[in-house]
Amino acid sequence: MSDVIPYTVEPHPVTGVPNPKLGIWLFLASEVMLFGALFSTYVLLRVGSDHWPRHTETGLNVPLATVNTIVLILSSVTVVMAWYSLKIGEFGRAKLFVAATIACACTFMVIKYFEYSHKFHVGTFPSTSNFYAVYFTMTGLHGLHVLGGIIVFSYLLATSNQWWQQHPEQFTNRIECTGLYWHFVDLVWIFLFPSLYLL
Amino acid sequence: MSSSHHREEQHGGHDAHHPQLGFWRKYVFSVDHKIIGIQYAVTGLCFLLFGFCLMMLMRWQLAYPGQPIPIFGRILPASLVNAGVMLPDFYNALGAMHGTIMVFMGVVPLAVGGFGNYIVPLQIGAPDMAFPRLNMTSYWCYFVGGVIMLASFFVPGGAAASGWTSYAPLSVIASMGQTFWLFGMIFLITSSLLGSINFLVTIIQLRAKGLTFFRLPFFVWAQFVTSFLLLLAFPPLEAAGVMQLMDRLAHTNFFVPSGLVISEQPLTSHVGGGSPLLWQHLFWFLAHPEVYVLILPAMGIVAEVIANNTRKPLWGYRTLVYAIVFLGFMSFIVWAHHMFMTGMGTKMSNFFQTTTMIISIPSVVILTCLILSLWGAQIRFTVPMLFALAFLPMFGIGGLTGLPLGLTGADVHLHDTYYVIAHFHYVVAPGTIFALFAGVYYWFPKVTGRKMNDTLGKVHFWLSLVFINGVFLPMFIQGMYGGHRRGYDPNEYDLYKNFPAMLGLVKGISMSAWLLGLSQIPFIINFLHSIWAGEKVTQNPWEATTLEWAAPSPPPHGNFAMAPVVYCGPYEYSCPGRPHDFWPQHLA
Repeated sequence: MSDVIPYTVEPHPVTGVPNPKLGIWLFLASEVMLFGALFSTYVLLRVGSDHWPRHTETGLNVPLATVNTIVLILSSVTVVMAWYSLKIGEFGRAKLFVAATIACACTFMVIKYFEYSHKFHVGTFPSTSNFYAVYFTMTGLHGLHVLGGIIVFSYLLATSNQWWQQHPEQFTNRIECTGLYWHFVDLVWIFLFPSLYLL
Repeated sequence: MSSSHHREEQHGGHDAHHPQLGFWRKYVFSVDHKIIGIQYAVTGLCFLLFGFCLMMLMRWQLAYPGQPIPIFGRILPASLVNAGVMLPDFYNALGAMHGTIMVFMGVVPLAVGGFGNYIVPLQIGAPDMAFPRLNMTSYWCYFVGGVIMLASFFVPGGAAASGWTSYAPLSVIASMGQTFWLFGMIFLITSSLLGSINFLVTIIQLRAKGLTFFRLPFFVWAQFVTSFLLLLAFPPLEAAGVMQLMDRLAHTNFFVPSGLVISEQPLTSHVGGGSPLLWQHLFWFLAHPEVYVLILPAMGIVAEVIANNTRKPLWGYRTLVYAIVFLGFMSFIVWAHHMFMTGMGTKMSNFFQTTTMIISIPSVVILTCLILSLWGAQIRFTVPMLFALAFLPMFGIGGLTGLPLGLTGADVHLHDTYYVIAHFHYVVAPGTIFALFAGVYYWFPKVTGRKMNDTLGKVHFWLSLVFINGVFLPMFIQGMYGGHRRGYDPNEYDLYKNFPAMLGLVKGISMSAWLLGLSQIPFIINFLHSIWAGEKVTQNPWEATTLEWAAPSPPPHGNFAMAPVVYCGPYEYSCPGRPHDFWPQHLA
């Protein structure tokens, strides 16, 4: 079917982008609205509450989160490198960079797991306070997005050999689109980190 | 048409590439936009019928409070009825599920998923939607969401009963059905998100050569704006749904206020500290644009049918386009006019009543353009045209009666009364649903290659028109007298004790509703009969100009034998100097 529909890989002459790239941008627009609603909730509850814990009172682990921030920014760099390697035709290196991205994402999730389990261990749950409700809901949804990225990148990596041989342009394009999504997930964390850990 | 050479070759190669698909891939898990459109439309029609049946059950309790329901009273389990009499919780569940089913599982899937999927790629001359597999995923998300919603009727405590708006904190402490409702909504939201991305990319990228934005049929414009609303308005409700799930399952307090007392017992499951108003803001941030999701595709269908049956170009095509784009934009900043009674403050109320008055302007512009299009025309009174013509005054009544609700002073009196019910049903039922019927009769020949029966269609139209007004017109009176929209037993209210005539009115409404139900039988017979035995028609039976009529009926896989090229605007009817009174877009 895909061979009938135009602009699946080559850019549209007027808009300058192929279909998937336009699609992913629109999807990101809706994601902005999703996280926008959550951030609005955070602001509204914080402003409306009598006592909102300051960052010194929350008991969140700032050093671990800082490591996570660096790991996630690093993964954004590796995904760009993967795309660039494909552009200049170095498939082997691109695969390494995709693998590195997945590794970073997994590291993020493992650290997040330790953070979560520590919280549960000391008896802190989403129901403890509105701060923790916001914390668990927002980082939880963000974590699901990271997980989604891991699944898609793993699928791309697993099918890459055949894909690259048959449709190199299309494969490059898919890495680019997934990369766009990945940058967004990264960006959400860049907002989450200061709002939850540092304010 | 030499320019379509290249694509033609692709088509040939494609057909050789994919031989016959099996039954499951062809009709069930199909990626063809036409099959998916039909799946959406048929599922949507079934849900519309089901949602209507829920309402017909409720009307019994209102007309004959405390009397056993005939037939159903004996079938339904004891958790729902007591000696055949509907229990209050069941009544609430019916009300909540009627709203949810009609809006999210009936009208939107039929208008956007059904008509949009089937017609948009054809009208823009595309071989399919931009992302066929995403399209299939979108339908199956909708299907799963629908199954979860239906399953909720069978869980302990019954289906969701906190109204279709699921206001917190009532919904947070409600029974398990509400959890199903939330999971169902998350699937429905995902479905419409995937669908809207698909529509936007398809309309932006896949238009045929020569089909500029201002040559698009108005229906495509309507779907375009609708998709933007779905794309940007639904995610906040998804976020709100997740938070309500957290409130229910993890006992967080996003929407639970402090010091909540229920039946004179302090609430122990939640500590409180949240904001019920937050739910309302997030809900209406979706649900007001959702109103336009319901009405815009309907306006698109009506515009197509009117242009075709007046044999004239639409009056003010560009004005219509500008108005609908402005309407889409404005629909994002009027949501809190649903919340004047929450005490959110006069400054907020002033802002939202101003924007609400402004948004009525493009609506009136659209309606005026459509009415002016009739001026001086030799109208063909076909069945789709009858429904489209009825849409105009019905939507007019619905829209104009909304103005008092948009002003805080009048809203204080009318809020949560049957007046509100009458107002939005005039927009959505004799408005949108009539337009959808127009669409079914109008595009049926394209989908099946056969026409629906005219006589049955006219019977269906006239009976529906009479009875649907019999249902909703008296509700304005009932509401202005103060009849509360969620009341379960009329005998408990002073209104009905002081005005016994009002009880007669309520009975009359119920009778009309049941007769309206019977009036749909000619449609169901006509629909099913015409699929197999309707009169066979040519590719373009209505002598229409837009591209879908340039494809065979039903269109084959890939739609067009050759990729069409467009040479003129969408409504070249009765052009002087042309051999016919219509000139299709794809003819030079």
